Amino acid sequence: MATQSRLTPAMKAEVNKPPVTKVSPPISLSDIRKWAIAVYWPETPPRLFWDEEYAKTTRFKGIVAPQEFNPFAWPVRRDREFEAGGNPPPNPDGTFTRTVGNANVNAGSDHEYGAYMRPGDIITAVDRLAEIYEKTGGRGGNMVFRVREDRWTNQKGEMVKINRGTTINM
Amino acid sequence: MGTPKVYWEDVKVGQEIPTFVRRTDYMNWNRYAAINEEFVYFHMDDEAGRAAGQKAGFGMGNLRFAYMHDLLREWIGDEGVIKMVSAQYRGFNFKNDVLTTKGVVTDKRVEGGEHLVDLDLQVVNQSGENTAPGKATVALPTRGK
Repeated sequence: MATQSRLTPAMKAEVNKPPVTKVSPPISLSDIRKWAIAVYWPETPPRLFWDEEYAKTTRFKGIVAPQEFNPFAWPVRRDREFEAGGNPPPNPDGTFTRTVGNANVNAGSDHEYGAYMRPGDIITAVDRLAEIYEKTGGRGGNMVFRVREDRWTNQKGEMVKINRGTTINM
Repeated sequence: MGTPKVYWEDVKVGQEIPTFVRRTDYMNWNRYAAINEEFVYFHMDDEAGRAAGQKAGFGMGNLRFAYMHDLLREWIGDEGVIKMVSAQYRGFNFKNDVLTTKGVVTDKRVEGGEHLVDLDLQVVNQSGENTAPGKATVALPTRGK
């Protein structure tokens, strides 16, 4: 018996919505250093990410950010739709409602890189839903896949990153 | 320019690159949540992880994606450049998992004046499960330049 589709006309119409543009605050040395510490924890991260004197001796001529660095974390204006990855907060009594059948999970990342991000850079992201489709999961229900394409440029107009990220609503 | 760690000419198809290993728990995940602002309850709370259908809270796919970059950076050094990385998150990363990120060279080529190396990547847990297969392309310095 065919599984009933979970894709509604409104969900399919998300693909045609205009892209959303975001502009990052200037990237700080401190944000780069903290990022590097976290992704290398508990070992010391490479000096390229925190030692200016060393970084000047490399091909980059100064500190750069790890390429997977995210300058858009901690915006002052909150987009509540994406808070907590689109997943629900705990109930008033502190328990969690079972979200199997409606949990959003990160399924994949595909990043193409261009110019490196440096302290002081301001990054502009143009983000759109590129694809939405569904597949039957191992437990029989349909899983909805959303593929977002996010194009980043710096203040010079150079391509920094093209990110295609997939989430599953399962 | 610094001293390259690896030259394109020295890379062989089929070669395995040195692994990048981390034992992960909430100490790693909380730090990553703080920098990427990834405060999702199932990354912070075992009960929330069970409510999402898993045996406990679990780590971020994005952190394993970062480990793939760490693996590549440790290999190519500061004179190589990561051009592309992709990953699929097929398994979950639970507390105290020992994640070994691996890479094997699948091709080398010259394109647009760049000396490129393609790799298959994986993030394997202590049970041998490949939790995140991926691919990457890096550009390396050559002995001629």
